[in-house]
Amino acid sequence: MYLNQFLLLSAALFAIGVYGVLARRNGVLVLMSIELILNAVNINLVAFAAFGNQLAGEVFALFVIAVAAAEVGVGLAMILLLYRNRKSIDLTQIDLMRG
Amino acid sequence: MVAQNIAFAIMAVTMLVSAVRMVTTRNVVHAALYLVIVLAGAAGIFILLGAEFVGVTQVMVYIGAIVVLFLFGIMLTKGSFGDDDGVDGERRSMAAMVGALVLAVMAAALIDTFRDAELSRAQPSLTADIGDLIFSQYIVPFEAISVLLLAALIGAIVVARGD
Repeated sequence: MYLNQFLLLSAALFAIGVYGVLARRNGVLVLMSIELILNAVNINLVAFAAFGNQLAGEVFALFVIAVAAAEVGVGLAMILLLYRNRKSIDLTQIDLMRG
Repeated sequence: MVAQNIAFAIMAVTMLVSAVRMVTTRNVVHAALYLVIVLAGAAGIFILLGAEFVGVTQVMVYIGAIVVLFLFGIMLTKGSFGDDDGVDGERRSMAAMVGALVLAVMAAALIDTFRDAELSRAQPSLTADIGDLIFSQYIVPFEAISVLLLAALIGAIVVARGD
């Protein structure tokens, strides 16, 4: 197996996640796309761990998973609050601080 | 080696198709289910790379907890959008352009750097070794993560609590 096949898969997932973050208006979907990006990073970390024959990459992939869990918890709480106050989670309508 | 490559091809194609469907589907619940397929594929990739513990953690934390959290989030905000209706064309094309550009730059850099570097790991990594590493060399980040999780837990409760 080549290293590049994993890196290119991860790059493609990352690009799809970037597209999702930019194109979608639903707050929950934006959070899901961020998860996609974090997963792409994890694949990279584990692939390099296997490439360099050491474990640091796997340990950091575990850390990324933990941080992603925390991020989803706080992010969904914020979206719930948004929904409660504005009755909408359309991110294009959240423009109170627009100049 | 051939079997591994076939497994990789199947998982990679499934993941890419599901990921594209996830960011383009109109139904939010379907998007969450496509996310499950992508996450399961990633777990398979981890196991293919010999990182069993990361793969199992991926299944437990992502598919077991985070996706359920997403489904609850979708359920509690249902009716605001329901379906994420047609994104305006300009936004979508700009986003697609940025995504394509990111992919092109990264692919060019990766192919140029790691032309045909082979993966060398002979056997899967041992969970015991990962545990040793976490609790010796990486003990400080580990403790920081636990404090972060606690802070996120309390923060989420405070933010989402009614009045």
